[in-house]
Amino acid sequence: MYKIQHMTLLENKSADIPAPRVITTKPRVSDKIFRGVVTSFGMSALLILTLIGIFLAYRGVQTFHSQGWSFLTSYNWDKTVDENGNSVSSFGVGAMLIGTVLISIVALIVGVPLSIAMALFLTFYAPARLKTILVSVVDLMAAFPSVLFGLWGFFVLMPMANYWAKLIYKYLHWIPIFDAPEPFFERSPFIAGLVLAIMIIPIVTSVSREVFAQTPLDRIQAAYALGATKWGVIKAVVFPFGSSGVVGGAMLGLGRAFGETVAVYTVLNIVFAPNWHVLFGAGGNIASLIILKWGEASGDETTALLAAGFILFVMTLLVNMFANFIVRQTLKSGK
Amino acid sequence: MNNAASSLADVSKQRATQKSPGSAPMGTGLEARGVHAWFGSHLALEDVSLDFAAGTVTALIGPSGCGKSTFIRTINRMHEFIPTAAMAGEVLLDGKDVYAPGTDVTKIRLQIGMVFQKPNPFPSMTIGENVLSGIKLAQLKVDNKEELLEECLVRAGLWNEVKDRLGAHAGGLSGGQQQRLCIARSLAVQPKVLLMDEPCSALDPGSTLRIEETISELSKSMTIIIVTHNMQQAARVSDYTAFFLSEGGPGRMIEVGPTTEIFTRPRDIKTENYVSGRFG
Repeated sequence: MYKIQHMTLLENKSADIPAPRVITTKPRVSDKIFRGVVTSFGMSALLILTLIGIFLAYRGVQTFHSQGWSFLTSYNWDKTVDENGNSVSSFGVGAMLIGTVLISIVALIVGVPLSIAMALFLTFYAPARLKTILVSVVDLMAAFPSVLFGLWGFFVLMPMANYWAKLIYKYLHWIPIFDAPEPFFERSPFIAGLVLAIMIIPIVTSVSREVFAQTPLDRIQAAYALGATKWGVIKAVVFPFGSSGVVGGAMLGLGRAFGETVAVYTVLNIVFAPNWHVLFGAGGNIASLIILKWGEASGDETTALLAAGFILFVMTLLVNMFANFIVRQTLKSGK
Repeated sequence: MNNAASSLADVSKQRATQKSPGSAPMGTGLEARGVHAWFGSHLALEDVSLDFAAGTVTALIGPSGCGKSTFIRTINRMHEFIPTAAMAGEVLLDGKDVYAPGTDVTKIRLQIGMVFQKPNPFPSMTIGENVLSGIKLAQLKVDNKEELLEECLVRAGLWNEVKDRLGAHAGGLSGGQQQRLCIARSLAVQPKVLLMDEPCSALDPGSTLRIEETISELSKSMTIIIVTHNMQQAARVSDYTAFFLSEGGPGRMIEVGPTTEIFTRPRDIKTENYVSGRFG
C-alpha cells in the first residue's frame, strides 16, 4: 500500500515538472544586419583557406594521377617530351621534402632556445624601458621583408656560418648527419636553417612572452617565498605553466619555416637530389622549388608545381593541427 | 567593554597562560625597527617597531588597508617585488638586518617562510613534490626525504588525509587541504619564522579550525606572525596582538600587547572601538 502511494507520488511529481522553456530574444534589425556582416567576414577566412586548398588539389590532381606516389618519393624534376610530342616528364618533390625537414629542424633547434631566452629576458629581467624598445624591435623583425634576411644571410651570415660548418664537420663528421660527400659547405641547409631561425624568432618569442607573462603571480610568489632564485622560479613555475604555449609558438614558427620561400631561395643551393647532410651545399624546400621553376613553367610542369603547392598546404595544415593537439594535451594534464 | 570583546578575552586568556614572552629558548629574535613602506610616492606604512619573541604567535589585526600585509611582506622582503615599492627602517633577524647590502635574499626567505591568503600549491607537481619543492628550489641537501616529507605533513596536520596519495596532483585537494599543503611546504626548509597572511580567509570554518590547530602546534617550535581579519581567530591563536590602523594617512601600529590585554583593557580607545566591533 505504502509503496503504491509512494509511486503515485513520484509520478505526480514528475508530471508537475515542466519542460524547460526555450529562451529566445527578438533582435533588432540593425543588430541582425551587423551580425550578418560580422559573421560573413568572420567565415571568410575559413572560406578563403578552403578555396585555396580546393584550387590547389583540383589543379594538381593531374600530376598526382600521372606521377602517383613517386611524386612524393622521387627526386627528379625533368620536363621532357618524346618524339611524338607526348609528355614523358617525371616530377618528384622527394628531395624538396627532405630539404624542408632538414632546414626546419635546424631553424627550430637554433631559433626556439634563442626565442625562449629572449622571452624570459623580456618578461622577467629587462628594465621597463628596454623592454618596450626590444618588444617593438622583435615585432619589427616579424614584419621585415624576408628577401632582406636572405640577402643578409647570403653576404654576411654565410661566410661566418661556412666557418662554423667546417668546424662542425671537422669534429663531428662521424655523426652521419654532419658528414658531407664533398667539402662544399656554402649554400647548405645548415645556413638556410640559420637564416630561418632568425625569421621564426619573432613569432616564437612573442607567443612565449605572452604565455610567460600570464604565469599566476601567486605561484611565482610562492616559489620566491620558499627561497627560490629567479632561475628557480622560472624552472619550477614559469616553464611548467608556459610549456604548452612555447610548443604552440614553436609550431607556428615551424609553419613559417615550412612555407618560407624567398630567404631560402636566396641562400640555398637548390639541387634535385636527396641530401641528408645538413652541412653540404645542396638542398631545397617546396616553396623555393615553386619560385625557382614558376617563371619558365608551362603545361604539365605548372600542374606539378600546383601539386607541390598542395603538398605544402597539407603539411602546414598538419603542423598546425598537431600544434593544437599538443597544446590541448598539455592543458588537459593540469598544467 | 561589551560582551563580544569580553568573550574574546576569555578565549585568549586561556592561551596566554600557556606561554610567556620568550619562554621558548629557540634563539631566534625577529625585530622590526622603524619600518616605513611606500608604493611609489604613497606612504603606506609609517614607523612600525615590533619585537617578536621566539616561539610566540603574534596576530596583526586592523581594518583593510591599514598596512598589516605590507608590514609582514617587508619582513621576508616580498614587499620589493611590487614595482616602485620602497621601505625604510630595519628588520633584524638574529640581530642582522635582512636589508643589509650584500644580503642573499633567498637565504632570508629560507629562514622566514610565508603562507599566503590564497592557497597556492604548484599545480604541476604532486603532493609530495610540493612539500619538498623548497628543498629542490634552494638546492638543500636532505638525508632522508621520505622522513622529512612525512614530518612536514604531520606537523601541518595533513598526513592522514594524503599519505596514500602523495603521488597525486595537488590540484585535487580541497582548499583547506591545499592551504595545509602550503604550510607543510614552507616547513620543509625549516624556517625559524613563519609569516601567515590571512591564511584562512579563503577557507570554510572547518578548515579554518584545522589550520588554527596547526598554528598552535607549530608555535611550539617557531615564531609565527599571522595577519587576520578575524578577531576571534586572533584571540584563539595568538600570544600577542598588534593593532594597525590607517586614519586616512599611512597605516600605523596603534598598540601592541599580550592578546588578553588588547582584548580586555586596551590602552587606546581606537583599539577598544575596533576589538569591540564598533568599527572596521
